[in-house]
Amino acid sequence: MTIAAGTMKAGEPVFYVVDEHDHPEGSSTMLGFWIYLMSDCLIFAILFAVYGVLGAKYAAGPAPKDLFDLSLVAVNTSFLLLSSLTYGFAMLSMQQNRLGAMQGWLVITGLFGLAFLGIELTEFAHMIHEGATPQRSAFLSSFFTLVGTHGLHVTFGLVWLVTLMVQVKRFGLIEANRRRLVCLSLFWHFLDVIWIGVFTFVYLMGMLR
Amino acid sequence: MSSEVHAHADAHHAADDHAGTRQGQLIGFGLSVVLTAIPFLLVMNGSLDKQVTALIIMAFAAVQVVVHMIFFLHMNTKAEGGWSMMALIFTIIMVVIALSGSLWVMHHLTTNMMPVHEMGSTP
Amino acid sequence: MFDTANLTKLIFGRLTLESLPLHEPIIVGTFAMVALGGLALFGALTYFRLWGYLWKEWFTTVDHKRIGIMYMVLGIVMLLRGFADALMMRLQQAIAFNGSEGYLNSHHYDQVFTAHGVIMIFFVAMPLVTGLMNYVVPLQIGARDVSFPFLNNFSFWMTTSGAVLVMCSLFVGEFARTGWLAYPPLSNLSYSPDVGVDYYIWALQVAGVGTLLSGVNLICTIVKMRAPGMTMMKMPVFTWTSLCTNVLIVASFPVLTAVLALLSLDRYVGTNFFTNDFGGDPMMYVNLIWIWGHPEVYILILPAFGIFSEVTSTFSGKRLFGYTSMVYATVVITILSYLVWLHHFFTMGSGASVNSFFGITTMIISIPTGAKMFNWLFTMYRGRIRFELPMMWTVAFMLTFVIGGMTGVLLAVPPADFVLHNSLFLVAHFHNVIIGGVLFGLFAGIAYWFPKAFGFKLDPFWGKMSFWFWTVGFYFAFMPLYVLGLMGVTRRLRTFDDPSLQIWFIIAGIGAFMILLGIASFLIQIAVSVLRREQLVDTTGDPWDARTLEWATSSPPPAYNFAFTPVIHDNDAWWDMKRRFYARPLTGFKAIHMPSNTGTGVILAGLSTTMAFGLIWYMWWMAAGSFVALLAVAIGHTFNYHRSFHIPADEVVSVERARTELLAAGAKS
Repeated sequence: MTIAAGTMKAGEPVFYVVDEHDHPEGSSTMLGFWIYLMSDCLIFAILFAVYGVLGAKYAAGPAPKDLFDLSLVAVNTSFLLLSSLTYGFAMLSMQQNRLGAMQGWLVITGLFGLAFLGIELTEFAHMIHEGATPQRSAFLSSFFTLVGTHGLHVTFGLVWLVTLMVQVKRFGLIEANRRRLVCLSLFWHFLDVIWIGVFTFVYLMGMLR
Repeated sequence: MSSEVHAHADAHHAADDHAGTRQGQLIGFGLSVVLTAIPFLLVMNGSLDKQVTALIIMAFAAVQVVVHMIFFLHMNTKAEGGWSMMALIFTIIMVVIALSGSLWVMHHLTTNMMPVHEMGSTP
Repeated sequence: MFDTANLTKLIFGRLTLESLPLHEPIIVGTFAMVALGGLALFGALTYFRLWGYLWKEWFTTVDHKRIGIMYMVLGIVMLLRGFADALMMRLQQAIAFNGSEGYLNSHHYDQVFTAHGVIMIFFVAMPLVTGLMNYVVPLQIGARDVSFPFLNNFSFWMTTSGAVLVMCSLFVGEFARTGWLAYPPLSNLSYSPDVGVDYYIWALQVAGVGTLLSGVNLICTIVKMRAPGMTMMKMPVFTWTSLCTNVLIVASFPVLTAVLALLSLDRYVGTNFFTNDFGGDPMMYVNLIWIWGHPEVYILILPAFGIFSEVTSTFSGKRLFGYTSMVYATVVITILSYLVWLHHFFTMGSGASVNSFFGITTMIISIPTGAKMFNWLFTMYRGRIRFELPMMWTVAFMLTFVIGGMTGVLLAVPPADFVLHNSLFLVAHFHNVIIGGVLFGLFAGIAYWFPKAFGFKLDPFWGKMSFWFWTVGFYFAFMPLYVLGLMGVTRRLRTFDDPSLQIWFIIAGIGAFMILLGIASFLIQIAVSVLRREQLVDTTGDPWDARTLEWATSSPPPAYNFAFTPVIHDNDAWWDMKRRFYARPLTGFKAIHMPSNTGTGVILAGLSTTMAFGLIWYMWWMAAGSFVALLAVAIGHTFNYHRSFHIPADEVVSVERARTELLAAGAKS
């Protein structure tokens, strides 16, 4: 791109771009999505703050020790970690333009995500069955909301994943789809980061109380 | 000036910077497995003092967040002309303010305002 | 019979005929007026066959300029509603003495003061501020549009959708009776079982989505789309304050979203976050909502500071004094605004250490603000000041805002706050800064940029009428409240026992009436200006001899803003271009790549409205159906990959030739 106008003498100031190309579409997308993630991060920060303030208000109801099964959480955590790795592999395949391999890794990622959700829902169902409902105490309200919000995000990520797989199948690895895959990758890894906070502060610290 | 013009128009192929390498992915994964497993083992064992355990697992969590940021989210100071990092640092400051501020404020409120008998029942 | 009742409940939730406030003559009267006005408008639009034009050119537009104008229209329409509430309160308080109950019952009065606050902040100040930023920022940085044009359209309609829900609550059901921040436990289901708080929650949630996305959008625009040569420290001050405001939006609106979501869980699911039982803590709500609430006031005032900066330097004919310090002051305010939230509830009882920390941070924030004030004064010093309308608003702002700032520092002293908390002194203080700061700023901005948007100036006579009614009215309306607050009168009271107070309320009522005349003059000003647009026309695109880039293009700017992307050498870019004999390019035009219009934003926002309506009235089928449709439309939208087109070079040539002729004709006359 040149900005010097032919008619201008050398040394004179240049006030406009003469030979301009189209703005590449989506040049702001990555930054925009990152900023959105940061705002999402703040939603979680508030939920963590609520858990921090209300997490010890058991109202004579069950406490973390009565409810949490750490081995289940460990399995769940490993599923989420593995799904991050497989998404990473999917991105590598995308880089190498190996469409089939990429779709394969995405499927595996989705399955890990589903398994994660399945275990989480089982855990919730079990707790509710035992009378530890979100209504029982402020501790349980904040527990269900924090962990549930993370779960909702994973669910949304899965819907997005499926949509993207369809779009990649239909339209190929065009620039727009690559961008979207990267956005979802950020989203997915971001949920992993949140989960580190959840298992540390909710589950592990809860068991220490 | 022309470099500025270029930087302005060139933000494409950002997609490819976000893939990292297979090796990087595996290192990140290996680290995060270790950083997850140790806290879990510590708590499940319960051999250490509770406060020490709490401090250790918090430290591990912090390190693991950084590991994920570097190996999975591919954060660096150069992406998007440093704006991603800037946004991240700003967000961390906001998160720290909101979290620690709320805990601090609410803790003092509880200490000052709660009747004594209520205090006893909170473990 | 039983079955029919069940079926009705299934379909209509808790919406019954009794939900319509037919027993409130004031509301019925209002409804009749609004319905008649609406019908007239609808009829006129149909008669003049304007629906297609509106849909194609405005509702579905992704042009930041048109979206900006639509934001302004929304803000002004809602200003009328919010101000009607204010007038009703002033009248009630002026007459409810000596055993008189006034003319509003408590059920209605409590809704009025809640709606007034909510509407003025969320649906007047926010749209007006966002509208100006939307219109001006891309022009100031030499961009063709914002980063995400579709998102911009969507954001606008989500904000509108929130406003629609609030207006809906006036005629279907009721609005919250809790005050504008809906503190629990009052806003919990046990004390507010009706739909009012649910209207509040969903209106804010829906509008909040729009605000957040528009924040992300404008940050990206400013960061990524600046014209070549415009480094951060060459950005116009308004762009700087817009950047900081949008950073504040993105960093604070999630907090509002989260805290309202928790409140709605308490109300819908029966959780115990903010209840009095089972370990819930209402004060946690107060704590959280102010973590959003304090940055919110800076979200409103920072763009106003930006406007004053532009206006002061333009009408003083001087470079802004202390540009760098202005930028740093803005950034410092941005960060500090997160460290002061507790000053809204010193009386909660967190103790001396907490209160003194937040008291001190609050006082510190007045330092960068004071620095700004001096910068403006020094810009005016030895300047050739032209007292045009925007400059008049600016001078009024400086005088008024300093008073508001000083009473703010008074309130920042915790022991003083224990006396003044929730008194009319507080009400006077925040109206002093919001009217004297934000609103005066917006009026200055409207008068300043109106010729840019429409190609003719606003009529100065009616503008001055509006100015004087507003400023004098403001002092009459709010100075008595300071006095009353110092005497210990608390806010939100409906009737009074002490007859000696009445005179102050009457004075305040007179002030409110003067402000009414100010608003009327403003509307007349617009009408008169449209009628006299031939005389008020501006052919140059630069009617004020201004300094920043938006004045380099025509008024109104073409769809593509600049035929050639400008190159910037100075932070007063246009001033620099004028001084160095910039010659407007006349040849070599190219096709210009632009985003295409889309109706998806309108559809998504419409579905959000119906979803919220379903949730408010417990019509679960409607909520669920709208949600599914919302998801389907959103996903469907992502399958559309063709979102842009080229404005052909011929069209650019003809638009630019028309401007050349206009400029030549202007130069001759």
